[in-house]
Amino acid sequence: MAFHEKQVPADASAAVKLMAWVDSRLPVTEAFKRHMSEYYAPKNLNFFYIFGALAIVVLAIQIITGIFLTMNYKPDAAKAFESVEYIMREVPFGWLIRYMHSTGASMFFVVVYLHMFRGLIYGSYRKPRELIWIFGCAIFLALMGEAFFGYLLPWGQMSYWGAQVIVNLFSAIPLIGPDLSLWLRGDYVVGDATLNRFFAFHVIAIPLVLIGLVAAHILALHEVGSNNPDGVEIKNTLDANGHPVDGIPFHPFYSVHDVMYLGGFLIIFASIVFFAPEMGGYFLEANNFIPANPFVTPTHIAPVWYFTPFYSMLRATTTNFLLPLWIFLAVILGMFALQSKDMKVKGACAVIAVVLAAGFYALDAKFWGVVIMGGSVVILFFLPWLDHSPVKSIRYRPQFHKYIYGTFIATFVVLGYLGIEPPSPLYEKISQICTIYYLGFFLAMPFWSKLGTFKPVPTRVTFKSH
Amino acid sequence: MSDKPSMDKDRRNWLIATSAVGGVGAAAALYPFVDSFQPSERAKAAGAAVEIDISGMQPDEMRMVEWRGKPVWVVRRTPEQVAELSKMDAELADPDSLRDPAQYTPPYAQNQWRSIKPEYMVVVGICTHLGCSPTPKFEAGAQPSLPNTWQGGFLCPCHGSTFDMAGRVFKNKPAPDNMEVPPHMYLSDTKILVGEDKKA
Repeated sequence: MAFHEKQVPADASAAVKLMAWVDSRLPVTEAFKRHMSEYYAPKNLNFFYIFGALAIVVLAIQIITGIFLTMNYKPDAAKAFESVEYIMREVPFGWLIRYMHSTGASMFFVVVYLHMFRGLIYGSYRKPRELIWIFGCAIFLALMGEAFFGYLLPWGQMSYWGAQVIVNLFSAIPLIGPDLSLWLRGDYVVGDATLNRFFAFHVIAIPLVLIGLVAAHILALHEVGSNNPDGVEIKNTLDANGHPVDGIPFHPFYSVHDVMYLGGFLIIFASIVFFAPEMGGYFLEANNFIPANPFVTPTHIAPVWYFTPFYSMLRATTTNFLLPLWIFLAVILGMFALQSKDMKVKGACAVIAVVLAAGFYALDAKFWGVVIMGGSVVILFFLPWLDHSPVKSIRYRPQFHKYIYGTFIATFVVLGYLGIEPPSPLYEKISQICTIYYLGFFLAMPFWSKLGTFKPVPTRVTFKSH
Repeated sequence: MSDKPSMDKDRRNWLIATSAVGGVGAAAALYPFVDSFQPSERAKAAGAAVEIDISGMQPDEMRMVEWRGKPVWVVRRTPEQVAELSKMDAELADPDSLRDPAQYTPPYAQNQWRSIKPEYMVVVGICTHLGCSPTPKFEAGAQPSLPNTWQGGFLCPCHGSTFDMAGRVFKNKPAPDNMEVPPHMYLSDTKILVGEDKKA
């Protein structure tokens, strides 16, 4: 195809001429239209739809503050703790940059959890948005990795022992486990080699993956369009120009809308940075103000709040939990076997139940704890295929679904709380019950999600103008 | 028939063959990167044996030495604690240290007190669950996070595993194994060498 220089009138301004010159070579204006000024988003998006945009802002904050932190930080076991204190006390405004970064880490998870909650209740993961959800889950996983690697860098007691515990999770894998965790650490205990490689992962490897995944997440979203609180496909009702009747251009309508909420978010963000950067020990743990000591584990060790729900499930898996857990999984498998008419499915369910029984008997509870913790994150990827309800949005689901969702959120919060607290027999029992509920919510979803009387879904979104 | 150009079988075969060889080369190029994650020669050399002086240790006293970056504890047990060790079997996950002895219990510690001399316990002070360092709780009796029948031992602060005065893990705790008894030997009555046991 021959090259076409985009034509502009001779008396056009220099800016218009420049843009035409660029557009002939790289379709910048076209991309802006496609993703901003002519990206039609449903007009009924509510408060819960601001968190995607906020997550991008927090990502930008983390990258910018992170770059400036690396200019003074030293990834060396002998100097790391001291260099963080140097940033805090001697680098001009170092304290501000570091507190922005540490607050940003926690706020990233606040925003992402709310973003996921929105997707969960309005069915944003349902067809045709499965890939958006999968990229989102991958972002969540990458974010957990990023937070974990970053938490080692201050080289405080919590950094050190948190990394020790998580790296040792891998040693629970039969046969290859101990060698695998040795390979990850690069030494017999968490040490200088570990700190250096975690630094490399934290500042370059994971951020690159994260940015790629965010791009894929947004491109996939813009391909199929945004869901909305009614779970109605706006592309089913188009106007004379071929645009969705219930859609409005993202820019300026939602860009301005998001900027307003961003203002509110930044007020909260700044309040934390300036008045409560440690957030009572939840954002920055007290023990991390003590330099890492490989010979003394702090008397109470807990991960940062955003990991605690999953950490609780790890802790809940003790030897005496394996039998109830197996009975629970066997019941789920039995339900699958009864529901299917295919003999292969029935056979597979029986085989899985037997393999699990043998595995629970033969392998340590420690290994299964790791499997449960990993599985509780991995199971999110399968959500689009677990939900069999005829409607997307919680608005049109039966009343009892709302109780199930409510209990699920409560369970997640309770698990999070228990993960911060020291272990006790009562808490262990509660966390075991919560673990069963968490797993049951997902594993039994193919059954309960289609039960009950669903409300009729309208063909157009419900919207009241102000 | 169709306007699709016909496939040249010979060229296609060469394409597959060169891609396969190139793929093997690319996979081989991964090896040095993966292997660079292994402990360095310096880290391996740091794993030499260390001595610990136990002269003048009082009952209930604990001393620590660093071996391969891990804490190794020597504890002088009281006679009551030694006597208690044989009565705990029912509450312990592995009272006779039969699980994976090559990793956790050398032959000379295959006894109820898991040591060469009943009075002195030598263990790596690392929980077999996820590598935290348990806290000594030598005093008997009810205490927070511990059962009322507590007879002295260790409590792991991370996930609540409890160990008796021989580093043996109690039942239904996250830790699967007893604490590791490192290879060690007595150089004299007051000196223990940790990391080597050739003469033992």
